[in-house]
Amino acid sequence: MRIEAINATVRFGGYSALTGVDCAVRSGEMVGLIGPNGAGKTTLMRVLADLQPLQAGEARYDGRRAHELARGELARRVAFLAQGGEATWPLRVDHLVALGRLPHRRVFSGPSAADRAAVEAALRSADVAHLRARTLGALSGGERARALLARALAVQAEMLLADEPVAALDPLHQLSAMALLRSVARGGAGVVAVLHDLTLAVRFCDRLIVLAGGRVVADGPPSALTDAVLSAAYGVDVVRGEHRGEPFIVPWAASAPSPGAGKPAPDPAGP
Amino acid sequence: MSGARARAPAAWPLAAALGGLALAATFASLLVGYVHLDVVAALGDVAHGRPSLAALVLVQLRLPRAALGCAVGFSLGLTGAAMQGLLRNPLADPGVVGVSGGAALGAVVVFYSGLAGAFSLALPLGGVAGALVATLALYALVGRGAGTMTLILAGVTINSFAGALTALALNLSSNPYAAYEIMFWLMGSLADRSLPQLWLALPLMLVGWGLLLSSAPALDALTLGEDTAMSLGFDLKRLRLTLVAGSALAVGGAVAVTGAIGFVGLVVPHLLRPLVGHRPGRLLLVSGLGGAIALLVADIAVRLLPIHPELKLGVVTALIGAPFLLLLIDRLRREA
Repeated sequence: MRIEAINATVRFGGYSALTGVDCAVRSGEMVGLIGPNGAGKTTLMRVLADLQPLQAGEARYDGRRAHELARGELARRVAFLAQGGEATWPLRVDHLVALGRLPHRRVFSGPSAADRAAVEAALRSADVAHLRARTLGALSGGERARALLARALAVQAEMLLADEPVAALDPLHQLSAMALLRSVARGGAGVVAVLHDLTLAVRFCDRLIVLAGGRVVADGPPSALTDAVLSAAYGVDVVRGEHRGEPFIVPWAASAPSPGAGKPAPDPAGP
Repeated sequence: MSGARARAPAAWPLAAALGGLALAATFASLLVGYVHLDVVAALGDVAHGRPSLAALVLVQLRLPRAALGCAVGFSLGLTGAAMQGLLRNPLADPGVVGVSGGAALGAVVVFYSGLAGAFSLALPLGGVAGALVATLALYALVGRGAGTMTLILAGVTINSFAGALTALALNLSSNPYAAYEIMFWLMGSLADRSLPQLWLALPLMLVGWGLLLSSAPALDALTLGEDTAMSLGFDLKRLRLTLVAGSALAVGGAVAVTGAIGFVGLVVPHLLRPLVGHRPGRLLLVSGLGGAIALLVADIAVRLLPIHPELKLGVVTALIGAPFLLLLIDRLRREA
């Protein structure tokens, strides 16, 4: 599957969250969406998931618009993991993960064997199988994030749009979650993940899209994430290195101010 | 609804048990009354078409009361659970979208205009009309795609406006007996209801139940917020319209016949929620059955209590419900 945003433009009141954004993501690749707070990352994710009304432009799914797809097709083919999700009611983790199978259900019918297998696989992949009988409120922030990731994995979609899937995780689980997302991509699905950790972004992603001020400022392989791009987007200077042949990037200090780019602003889409 | 049968086998026995209890409570309600009645003999008379006094009491007095108790209780419990699921707020009650206030006002207008005495269905018809007007007012707002917060605010506004107009009717009432009757009707009761009233309200309630129960998967999905529910393929605008229509039919039909009966729709979902693993979709049917049991038991209690004139049902449910809700709140606070 291929999802395109074409000239995506979103305004909240007088504030432009996205201005003429063009980008495309496809199955089989792992894309990192990075950029400073307020760059429009969450808004772009919502555009790709067909959750965001646009002032101009559109999202296309294999060339078609969302309303041209069969009912429920988009929900089966595209999974969306919201940023910092919360559950209203204290559901058990396995019941919560099973919600990911709702797009595959027929009306008034129970879960199929495939549904149950998908839930089990998702629980194991996100390392929350041992927490299945706990409620979300009885989990730590990181465990909660993994349970919610399992919910999105349970959809078994062709495209997984994950908004900050590793932000709350400890270092070990950050690494395992990124490896998991990459294995999802290697398995043939597309993954788009909003990330803040530059090292995780360059190590695990096939491609990085850098947003700043509601515009795409870079789109390419991790090697395209140059010091100039980082300085323009984030306003930071970084320290780079290599360990066992893999790059790492550590933000070090604010770079000398450059006009226009990387202006900090509150994230208009909110949490 | 049958969502997770294989993973949580406990839920269907729960619904079956509550269904059995609701049936038993309905039958118990037939047994209770102010005149002695051999229910078995009366049932025999009814079955054989013998027009005995016992058969008359059973069909004209006991049956409407028991059946309405069951149906109205089911409506209140089901709608309460649905509204709490939609608004993702445990304090929502069946009347939160304004239909119960509208239905009460409609009935009061009928009282006030003196139409109530004209024909026996004037009162419930007025109630249904009031619920309809309130619903249309609400649709005028949410139909344009307003969000859940707008829905709550509109509901609160409609409820308080209907309340103000009801008070105005009482205030302007030149006939103290009419005012007295209005006040008593507003307290809610199942006494002296007739079969035609049942036939008027039941079809409305049945359609409402269907709409509410069909929303179970969407309410489950809504547990994780509106974005996630939409990404799972649920149209939230349609969900809101479906639930508003369902609650208008279920609660509007109920209030039109019985007057406002509080706390059942608020307390019953709270009480049963832990038994279904807090899943809002699963809660719907179970909460409806629980509401039927609660209302029938309360209605049996008002007839068994040696207090005359009989206590109003709405008064009893509030008297029991309010302290009960306090206990639940206390428990929630401890768990938090």
